[in-house]
Amino acid sequence: MSAPISAIREPLITGSKTYHTITEDICGPTERTPTTAWVIAFIVAVTGLSLYLFSVTWTIWVGIGSWNLNRTINWGWDITNFVWWVGIGHAGTLISAILLLFRQKWRTGVNRAAEAMTIFAVMCAGQFPLIHMGRLWLGFFIFPYPNTRGPLWVNFNSPLLWDVFAISTYFTVSLLFWYTGLVPDFATVRDRAKGLRRKIYSFISFGWTGSAKHWQRWESLSLVLAGLATPLVLSVHTIVSFDFATSVIPGWHTTIFPPYFVAGAIFSGFAMVQTLMIMTRKVLKLEDYITLEHIDSMNKVILATGSIVGVAYLTELFIAWYSGYIYEQFAFYNRVMGPYFWSYIGMMGCNVISPQIFWSKKMRRSILVTFFMSIFINIGMWFERFVIIASTLARDYLPSSWSYYSPSWVEVCLFIGTLGLFSTLYLVFMRVAPVVAVAEIKGILKTGGDQYVGPNIKHDNAHKESTHH
Amino acid sequence: MKQESTQVLYGLYNDEEILLHAVKKAKEDHLEIMDVYSPFPVHGLDNILGLTESRIHIAGFIYGLIGCLSAFLFMTWVFTRDWPIIFGGKPYFSALAFIPITFEVTVLFASVGMVVTFYTICGMGPGVDNPTLDDRITDDKFCIAFDVDNADESKQAALRQFLTDTGAEEVNVKSI
Repeated sequence: MSAPISAIREPLITGSKTYHTITEDICGPTERTPTTAWVIAFIVAVTGLSLYLFSVTWTIWVGIGSWNLNRTINWGWDITNFVWWVGIGHAGTLISAILLLFRQKWRTGVNRAAEAMTIFAVMCAGQFPLIHMGRLWLGFFIFPYPNTRGPLWVNFNSPLLWDVFAISTYFTVSLLFWYTGLVPDFATVRDRAKGLRRKIYSFISFGWTGSAKHWQRWESLSLVLAGLATPLVLSVHTIVSFDFATSVIPGWHTTIFPPYFVAGAIFSGFAMVQTLMIMTRKVLKLEDYITLEHIDSMNKVILATGSIVGVAYLTELFIAWYSGYIYEQFAFYNRVMGPYFWSYIGMMGCNVISPQIFWSKKMRRSILVTFFMSIFINIGMWFERFVIIASTLARDYLPSSWSYYSPSWVEVCLFIGTLGLFSTLYLVFMRVAPVVAVAEIKGILKTGGDQYVGPNIKHDNAHKESTHH
Repeated sequence: MKQESTQVLYGLYNDEEILLHAVKKAKEDHLEIMDVYSPFPVHGLDNILGLTESRIHIAGFIYGLIGCLSAFLFMTWVFTRDWPIIFGGKPYFSALAFIPITFEVTVLFASVGMVVTFYTICGMGPGVDNPTLDDRITDDKFCIAFDVDNADESKQAALRQFLTDTGAEEVNVKSI
């Protein structure tokens, strides 16, 4: 309420909304029968989900031999997918936590959905290391629990174990943060509902009343959780990069990996947020809340992080040459010119060259361009992980063990399957929960609504706003 | 278990600015407000109401400290006392290698602890059904509530008068 009035600042909420119309617009879609677009999307998603269940069952039944991994290339599509999914998750936390600390008000339009995306992406990511264990039912061995074998503890010095802690903490904290934000909005849905629906939403809204003291604690809690989630999100992809960087494999053993992985994660995550938001705002008619201003802002983040990633790629090449270490030099020569040169081209083209289009404001504000770019970037980021993993492993120290890897149908189906799992979860979320944070949007209405700021400002509002503090 | 119900007199306002003025007025008139409800956090309200700052972050710090110490000390105990193993020729006590897990457990304890504390002190949780005064409070109404259990007719009338005077659109009595 203390923000200065500006006729220049772009409004974040268009359509002269009132508190009540905000509730109607955002809670409405959960109360109506689903649209045809949603039903078609859901059928496709569930088909993908069944493909996932089938290929997981197949992998466990037949064994990891059903994948095309071999002794030389022992990480393939599985770990590529794992890193890709974890990276996607990062944008949600960035939007909901880091942008909260930076007081970026545009985050309120997209934070709920982005945080949901984080949780679902981390769920998809977690599948791959678990399935890769082969004996899935012994998965609990990764946790340090008192056992009858000594007790024999896990190796706390291993980056793979750090990853276990990082991913599970990240998932838990994201889930708590997201749900705590959802509780007041579930209460809004509850208070609009009747009968069984009211009972269900009453159960999941935890008895929220909207009391001043509760709001005060809620805001305090959100702020501290954001403060904790910020270093957490940076630590997660740092630790994922340690899986590679702490090894002694040329091409992996580099100190640039943590910042480069984190930037790449934010880059791919924002691309996925764009893909989802462009579809969500269209299907649920939320164009007034997820405006071109939001899309523009996110494209700026994409441009910045994409360029950081580009600099990292070039730095890697330079340092490999400059190190004078022939194994390192060969690893990078092999990345660019070796058997997987096509994935390097895909990575460079999609991640570094194509986002440069966003220097133009017109392109940043084009829905069509943004949509296709977001898909490109996700393909590019997938290639990046594949380049790092497969091309490095394919040419190891012993030329006699050099090998080539292409995925089996099970691995391909497993990847497509996680896309199905992800889409199913997201579509269900769209149906049952307010996709935009209702309470937070109401909180910024007076500083972000188009009747208060921007070119269509109404002067009586401006006067009222500037006299009451 | 059925709790003893309270008679509540409450007024619904249309805008947070009007609400803030009303709360300020109530404080000046030394009226005892039971609670104020709003659809979103109204900034400045806690100061006017005289709410003390939430201490949830202090609790969070303590939980984090517990997490930090237990993770670090546990790993130290495992690798120096319980089952020392040499990994890559490094010392048993490799403090640097313990940092990632120590950090993660710190964040985990602090977050989970704070969230559990939050719901506990707010009297909330899965399936809890706290009584609400009006369904529109989570939509677009701002509410000031007075406890009128022991208030006589004239006191109630005065409070009603106060609510209408400060701009309440509706004034109702409900027992919750």
